[in-house]
Amino acid sequence: MAKPKLRDVLFMGIWKENPVVIQVLGICSALAVTNRMSNAFVMGLGLIFVTAFSELTVSLLRKYTPKHIRMMVQVLIISAFVIIVDIYLKAYLPTMSDALGPYVGLIITNCIIMGRCEVFAQKNRPLISFIDGIFNGIGYTLVLLVVAFARELLGFGTLFGINIMGAGWMNWVIMIMPPGAFFMLALVVWGVNTIRDRQENSENVKEAKAQ
Amino acid sequence: MTDLNPFVLFTASIFTSNMILANFLGMCSFIAVSKDIKTSLGLGQAVTFVLTFTTAINYLLYKYVLIPMNLEYLRYIVFIVSIAAFVQLVEMIVERHLPTLYHALGIFLPLITVNCAILGVSLFMVIRKYSFIQSLVFGFGSGVGWTMAIVALAGLKKRLNDSRVPKGLQGAGITLIITGLMALGFMGFSGMVQIS
Repeated sequence: MAKPKLRDVLFMGIWKENPVVIQVLGICSALAVTNRMSNAFVMGLGLIFVTAFSELTVSLLRKYTPKHIRMMVQVLIISAFVIIVDIYLKAYLPTMSDALGPYVGLIITNCIIMGRCEVFAQKNRPLISFIDGIFNGIGYTLVLLVVAFARELLGFGTLFGINIMGAGWMNWVIMIMPPGAFFMLALVVWGVNTIRDRQENSENVKEAKAQ
Repeated sequence: MTDLNPFVLFTASIFTSNMILANFLGMCSFIAVSKDIKTSLGLGQAVTFVLTFTTAINYLLYKYVLIPMNLEYLRYIVFIVSIAAFVQLVEMIVERHLPTLYHALGIFLPLITVNCAILGVSLFMVIRKYSFIQSLVFGFGSGVGWTMAIVALAGLKKRLNDSRVPKGLQGAGITLIITGLMALGFMGFSGMVQIS
């Protein structure tokens, strides 16, 4: 792999290869924590932290890690950072820690992190890996926030716990139940795919014209 | 929570707190794999088997090693390592003694390690303070529920081959919608038994 450019890394993580929408990775937590904006936000921050630092560590150790045990090493590195997030949440945001429940621990099995460590950090220098981690995390967080925005607004009539819809608002209970999560994420995937298709089509037309 | 009847827990873990449809766990392989009923069933069995045993092992590890040593915060590392080790062990035993099963399961066995349902059940067990029997039943029930959901989805997806799906929805999108509809159906069970 040639040295990846900074701009490409940013663009890939957030849009072109968005981990959730395009690669359908790590959607377990994307569905579970999106019933409120604040949950989604904290979860996103946690994931950015873990992805960035895991990629940094994996990249720093990439020359010293024997090939056949690298998966185990990656899992251990990721677990260590997840424990940091978990302890931090328990100490400073105990209500948030309760709300997220087991899903903080489940960051370990979030395929985004393993995937990026394996695909990117294993082959690239530490700094660019760190940045790749941050931007993949941001890509994930953005999708979470979009889904959470719709679910909280329709399901509770609030955003970040602040009432938006007024007193007469009838809550759409289905949006905060599991089916609402599936439907919302499906809509986001649909929307993004349609926009991408259109972009690709217009690019193809441009190329055809140029020729 | 501690006095929950194991049978109630078993029913609840299959229907009302189904791993996929209510807790969103194990989605990755759920979406990627579920195309063929037979392979889905094979994967489901493997997951159920691993789930039952790792939950029991993790319970014993947590209760008799981590708590006495005040190392509860290390549970993530301990759980994931014990799951990985157990999967590796099963893989070796199955390869040696049941080669036909080994070939049928193929790539799925190692992938079970990163199936979030497995770690998720162990974490739920700690958070909900289950006893040993409850954990065992909960692990087995969750596995059965997971298998049921993935087999049902595989069957539905087969029907989908003949229908016209909007372009942007093909693949992951339509799978999510089907799963959403299944979750909607399973919500009908929710009055039956309730666990947190």
